[in-house]
Amino acid sequence: MAQLAAAEPVAVIRPVASRRSLAARLWRQPSGRAGLIILAVMVLAGLASLAGLVPDNPDAQNPAATLRGPSAAHLFGTDQYGRDVLSRVMAGTVLSLQTALLAVAICAVLGTVGGVAAGYFGGVISSVVTSIADLIFAIPSILLALAIVTGLGAGWQNTAIAVGVSYTPIFIRVVRGPVLAIRNADYVKAAQVLGFSRMRILFRHVLPGVGGILAVQVTLALGWAVLIEASLDFLGLGPPPPAATLGLMVSDGTNIAGIAWWNLAFPAIAVVLLVLGFTLTGDGLRDALDPSTANN
Amino acid sequence: MTDRDVTSAEPVLAIRDLSVGLRARSGVTELIRGVSLDIRPGERVGLVGESGSGKSLTMLAVMGLLASPVAVTGGSVTLGGTQLVGASDRTLRALRGSEIAMVYQDPMTSLDPLQRVGEQIAEGLRAHGVSRHEASERTVAALAEVQLPDPARLARSYPHELSGGMRQRVMIAAALAGNPRLLLADEPTTALDVTIQRQILSLVARIQRARNLAVLWVTHDLGVAAQFVQRLAVMYAGRVVEVGPTTAIFSDPQHPYTAALLDAVPSTTGERAALGQIPGSPPEPGSFPAGCSFASRCRQALPRCTRAEPILEQRPSGVEAACFVPPAEWRA
Amino acid sequence: MSSPAAPVLAASDLVKIYPPASRAGRPSTALAGVSLDLAEGTCLGVVGESGCGKSTLARLLVGLERPTAGTVLLQGQTVTSFRRPELARRLQLVSQDPFSSLNPRLTVSSALTEVLLVHHRVDGKKQAAARVADLLEMVSLGPQFASRLPHEMSGGQAQRVAIARALAAEPQILVLDEPTSALDVSVRAGIVNLLAGLRTDLALSYLFISHDMAVIRQLSDQIGVMYAGRFVERGPWQSVMSEPLHPYTRALLQAVPEPHPDGSLLGGPEGSAEESTEGTLEPGESPAAASAQNGCKYAPRCPIRIDRCLTEEPPLEIVTGAHEAACYRAGVPVEPGDVPAEAGGVGERA
Repeated sequence: MAQLAAAEPVAVIRPVASRRSLAARLWRQPSGRAGLIILAVMVLAGLASLAGLVPDNPDAQNPAATLRGPSAAHLFGTDQYGRDVLSRVMAGTVLSLQTALLAVAICAVLGTVGGVAAGYFGGVISSVVTSIADLIFAIPSILLALAIVTGLGAGWQNTAIAVGVSYTPIFIRVVRGPVLAIRNADYVKAAQVLGFSRMRILFRHVLPGVGGILAVQVTLALGWAVLIEASLDFLGLGPPPPAATLGLMVSDGTNIAGIAWWNLAFPAIAVVLLVLGFTLTGDGLRDALDPSTANN
Repeated sequence: MTDRDVTSAEPVLAIRDLSVGLRARSGVTELIRGVSLDIRPGERVGLVGESGSGKSLTMLAVMGLLASPVAVTGGSVTLGGTQLVGASDRTLRALRGSEIAMVYQDPMTSLDPLQRVGEQIAEGLRAHGVSRHEASERTVAALAEVQLPDPARLARSYPHELSGGMRQRVMIAAALAGNPRLLLADEPTTALDVTIQRQILSLVARIQRARNLAVLWVTHDLGVAAQFVQRLAVMYAGRVVEVGPTTAIFSDPQHPYTAALLDAVPSTTGERAALGQIPGSPPEPGSFPAGCSFASRCRQALPRCTRAEPILEQRPSGVEAACFVPPAEWRA
Repeated sequence: MSSPAAPVLAASDLVKIYPPASRAGRPSTALAGVSLDLAEGTCLGVVGESGCGKSTLARLLVGLERPTAGTVLLQGQTVTSFRRPELARRLQLVSQDPFSSLNPRLTVSSALTEVLLVHHRVDGKKQAAARVADLLEMVSLGPQFASRLPHEMSGGQAQRVAIARALAAEPQILVLDEPTSALDVSVRAGIVNLLAGLRTDLALSYLFISHDMAVIRQLSDQIGVMYAGRFVERGPWQSVMSEPLHPYTRALLQAVPEPHPDGSLLGGPEGSAEESTEGTLEPGESPAAASAQNGCKYAPRCPIRIDRCLTEEPPLEIVTGAHEAACYRAGVPVEPGDVPAEAGGVGERA
């Protein structure tokens, strides 16, 4: 092309240097801030549970105090075995978070490797990876997770594997596009001419460009993972009782909701808060990373 | 039409003290500051400047095409007596295409890729109440006027089937089909090869003369300005710093910025010497300095240049320039 | 002028044919046999319009693409015999848009340091910092630019950084692909002057590619004019600019809008030479459209062609001194009345 010089009308207003850290930009987004606050509360609750800072042992049964409503002694009430619902919700939050983290770690790693392979190396690798991804993608994820859990057996690790595998295709797609675009960017061509190795170009020049979009995807995926995992637990495919999983608690709570609403409400609210927290944070992150909205 | 006729006629377009700013919570950032310019029938006027000088924004402001938060903050633009600043969308729409037409740098962004080019031209005419039959006749006539071969067949082609030069001809045909009095052009030949640019310029020059059209041509290319326009306004940091007959400006620039700019342009003839350079870079909008905006880069700047702002003043050569120091002093 | 020494960079009969873009399309020939010699310490300017193959030539020379046929010799060895980093230490590229050729996430100092460390041009980071300051000074930028990100600079400053990055590898040859085309007039002048100075100071050899005759003239010792994937004229800059032999070169020079008003488009009477030939070049305006025929690729646009031009392709031959042209009518003057007999097709694809 010829001279593409001076024609941009408002190009004089160059984007403000966005050197502010990502966390700071995220905090400036209303949705990001709300999401972070919610997640902080939930993570603190989980950490407290891990540290033993719970009102009661979540598995300790007390036949003398079954189905008590919320009170000073039991803020969230007790269940049909007299266990403290707050302590169990806190323990369930830990289980939910660890399952979601493992699940997303699995799909993020598999998806990034697959997406990079497909986008950066192209050719046969790309066709193979995208075909596998399309195949997995064609099966509804809850169905796929169900099949995997049925095959592997119950347990939170297996739930995580199931959720992770079923979300891998999404990560492959999300990573492949930008990798493909950056691979053809002039600065990657420049890196080739500068004599950099393929691995250096990949790790230093291509992958950092995918980091932002990957962070958004990871955050959003954590939200879905919590939901899918709760659904599997609800269907009885998660860790067996007496494990305190939020899905199982919602399932049990549903049966006795008429006489003890707190058994349904509190675990359900915990699930909603976790999903909402991740989704809001993910949305905020997306806006914080988007140059068109980041600097207003 | 001679030069005398041109200057005595009533201007088609009169820009008076036009200011454009970017409105934000923190206040208004000035982008264009007090630009005045007249364009008379049969006159080709150039607006030259580098990136960020405000030349394209001036044109968008005239067309009423500024997008929020950028807006006209002062001054007036009158088209044959009609005030365009603050005019309703309806008024502007009625004027666009019939009284004023515009040609942009990239025809691909202004042509609909999914519609035949003839339909696009006819649609513009129909919007101004031309009958279907007449619109299609005038479309073919317009394509013939821009010297596209086999216009009837060409009207049925899609934009992607045409070369860059042909697309730009289609854009000019579309702009002129409504028989406007004023043509605004924003770097329409910048993306074209020089041989094609030459053809487009001489085509527009011929049509312009035949129709006694008023043309405002925005360009960053001093060569195009030298070859194509009769009068020239040089913009720097949102202001017109020099305006006058093209030949007078090129032979005897009165503003140090114009002079430095001319020094920086390489030529295909003459002695081969190092090009003139202008130290520093233009001020960013929002941080326009007090006094003359060019003072910090100007070799002749006096103390007063950074305190007071020079205004456009008539010089003996027939040019107006906004500079305190007469050229006789800084050329020495 | 070319020196008698062996060329630092030589290409012979480079051909690049791209496969068709779609199943219905035809393969397109970007380069149809280009040979060139770049003498040490000189600048060869390559000028031509869009689609003439000049950027393809740049990509082949720096090894971003492989030629369909032909060889490139670097210091007498075939380019393919060099390993990538070895090639990079001899030959570097500066391209048109610095904002896309610089990694948007790397500061100037990390971008330059990376090159210095990869090519072992410095021992350790401490030395690298000093060298970064040197490199910035070479391109007339202050040390404060080391911490800048690309978007924190103007186009001219970013292009200087791109040049500094190329120089960090300490190459002997720079391929400059339209390095000033995205820049404003005053900034462009600075880059042209900088490139001229660097060539002398560092004894570099340049292959300078541009669409702009005036910029090419400013820097080149030799000028080659490309049309439809080959050189149609080549020679010392003074001869090519002042006594162009090929009708295409003449058309190109004539079309350059000179920054001196000569009234050619202002008051010229209707029907002047300018007006009567207007539009006649249009139908064949894309050189790509012409690549299918047997004769001279410029013949359909040429106002002085003869029958032979349509059937036989003229070779690039010495006409006078070191001045070559590929034209049977080299040097024949164009009269105002000369117009090609018939125009090409209309439905030419863009």
